[in-house]
Amino acid sequence: MIKFCMRIFSLIALSISVLFFVISSTFAGSPTKVGFVYLTTPGDHGWTYAHELGKQMVEKRFGKDVKVSVVENVPEGPDATRVIRELAKQGNEIIFTTSFGYMEPTLKVAKEFPDVKFEHITGYKRSKNVATGNIRFYEGRYIQGVVAGLMTKTNKIGYIGAYPIAEVIMGINAFAQGLKSVNKDASISVIWANTWYDPVKEADAAKVHIAEGADVLAQHTDSPAMLQIAEKNGAMGFGQSTDMSAFAPKAQLFASINNWGPYYIKKIEELRNGKWNTGDGPNHWPGNVWGGIKSDMLVISKFENMPSNVAQKAQEALDGIKSGKINIFAGPLVDNTGKEIIPAGKALDDGALWGMNYYLQGVNGKVPG
Amino acid sequence: MDALVLTIIATSIPLLLAATGELIAEKSGVLNLGVEGMMLSGAVGALGAVLWLENPYYGIVAGALSGVLMASIFSIFTINFMTNQVATGLGLTIFATGLTGLAGAPLVGKTIPSLPKIEIFLLSDIPVVGSILFNQDFVAYLSIAIIIYISFFLKYSKSGIILRAVGDDHQSAHSVGYPVKKIRWYATCFGGMCAGIGGAYIPLVLTPHWSEGMTAGRGWIALALVVFASWIPWRIIVGALIFGGITIAQLVGQARGWPIPSQLLSMMPYLATIIALTMISGKLSKNNSVVPSSLGKPFFGSQ
Repeated sequence: MIKFCMRIFSLIALSISVLFFVISSTFAGSPTKVGFVYLTTPGDHGWTYAHELGKQMVEKRFGKDVKVSVVENVPEGPDATRVIRELAKQGNEIIFTTSFGYMEPTLKVAKEFPDVKFEHITGYKRSKNVATGNIRFYEGRYIQGVVAGLMTKTNKIGYIGAYPIAEVIMGINAFAQGLKSVNKDASISVIWANTWYDPVKEADAAKVHIAEGADVLAQHTDSPAMLQIAEKNGAMGFGQSTDMSAFAPKAQLFASINNWGPYYIKKIEELRNGKWNTGDGPNHWPGNVWGGIKSDMLVISKFENMPSNVAQKAQEALDGIKSGKINIFAGPLVDNTGKEIIPAGKALDDGALWGMNYYLQGVNGKVPG
Repeated sequence: MDALVLTIIATSIPLLLAATGELIAEKSGVLNLGVEGMMLSGAVGALGAVLWLENPYYGIVAGALSGVLMASIFSIFTINFMTNQVATGLGLTIFATGLTGLAGAPLVGKTIPSLPKIEIFLLSDIPVVGSILFNQDFVAYLSIAIIIYISFFLKYSKSGIILRAVGDDHQSAHSVGYPVKKIRWYATCFGGMCAGIGGAYIPLVLTPHWSEGMTAGRGWIALALVVFASWIPWRIIVGALIFGGITIAQLVGQARGWPIPSQLLSMMPYLATIIALTMISGKLSKNNSVVPSSLGKPFFGSQ
């Protein structure tokens, strides 16, 4: 008898909650539910922190009109699938997955929830309800190259890359283009850390670069270790993803700061207006956002620790990219083995950038693999 | 060149310390897979202490204490409650990763002063060698001192022989009246202390900040080192320098454009460990055991 009562009771409870859910979701003016998946805890520097700042901009902009849920520390792989699915189940209408490795999990869950919109950061696969967003990080690298070329005394630049993938290689090549525009004698040597994040290894790589004579360092890995080593050894460097001057007040020349806020806001607004769309076609190209300095998604921090004439040159490069006067990958482009990539008068398009597997002139060695 | 050698030494020291501690624990029959976790807690403890007390030497003490704390947790479970050592060790690492992330959250973004170098009078003036070997920080000297002490302790001291007896056959050791559990407690805590100092070395010298999971797998390498050294202390120095040397060599190789794939070099230390393991099992067949026979087995005797 008690068991029966319990059953009836739970049935009633269930139907009431379902009713509530239906009512609350159909009522107009209810907040848009937004989900975020973070690779790590945000901390206060680096990749995920930049996303956290973007999320805060969303909250500030929409106030009570959005309800944000965040899941931190989600490893790339099967766990990610579980977390993204859970966010979709909880009724989030748009979900931002903020690391490259979430690409397949995002696509998989997106198939199961055709009504939920997904935004995958730095990926290249899209579908009807999966859009992608990325920043033209390489634009900042060009300015880094300009500053490095003017600041180096040894003409040796040390570059620490995470993995030899197109995104990182395009950054190195953009750096080389900036370097070449001001200093034909300087060259870049690259050390691949084969990790996005290992402070000790990044520090070791920085020490090796300095021991090999490099006096300006650049990185495409996540920790502030490289800048700290530069600071200790009297070398210079650039901050990654966020302003890292707190770690290296004397060594940071400037930082390329990722600014995801405007992109998040735009996408959430599109969703609220019913305009969110990835278009048709096999690639769903309209669903891709790839913004840079011009669209304010890449922000260049204050130029510091450099003479005013260098800062001025850096500012010119920044303005040139903003106005479109400088096309970083305009021909003639020759790779470092002497092979022509593109003749004068033409420029590499976005598709060609994602296919980069060579170094341009000014970079030593060759791309591994 | 000097700078590169110094970098190799600095990279090796956390491995050296953690492996030495683990060696002692394993010699007593305790397999503690929580080295990575103990290193992490050493790192976060050290950084917190230095921020609070503003003296890098307190960082060493705090690192050691944090390591011992973690090792005590492990000891309570495996020695007193006789849980499975492998599972508990893995659990300890996972637990410590989370705990240090939480405890370290307020420390993110802060930098600390590094441990100063100590020049040893006269010796540091020897050309080339002097500036490399006798111009190190306190922990570097300490780690060598610990290894020398451990070598003698295990081979010649009575307590060292008892420790080995406990690790080789805890039943016999118990029946002749040695307190197996107590000895294992001490050995595990010593292991925790060394791993804690090893972890502390990372923020104190290598990269003076805290970030989550900053040991990035060095605890696991330390575990491999113990096997590589076939439980003989001085070989840990060799092993740690090889591990450190290869890590740096592959970075240098890339910077100079050597035509060797960096992945191949990264693989080398592990290959060396497998070879060492094979050689050990070869020796085993000749009835000349180097592996502590009771390693990983819980002791169920009462005390």
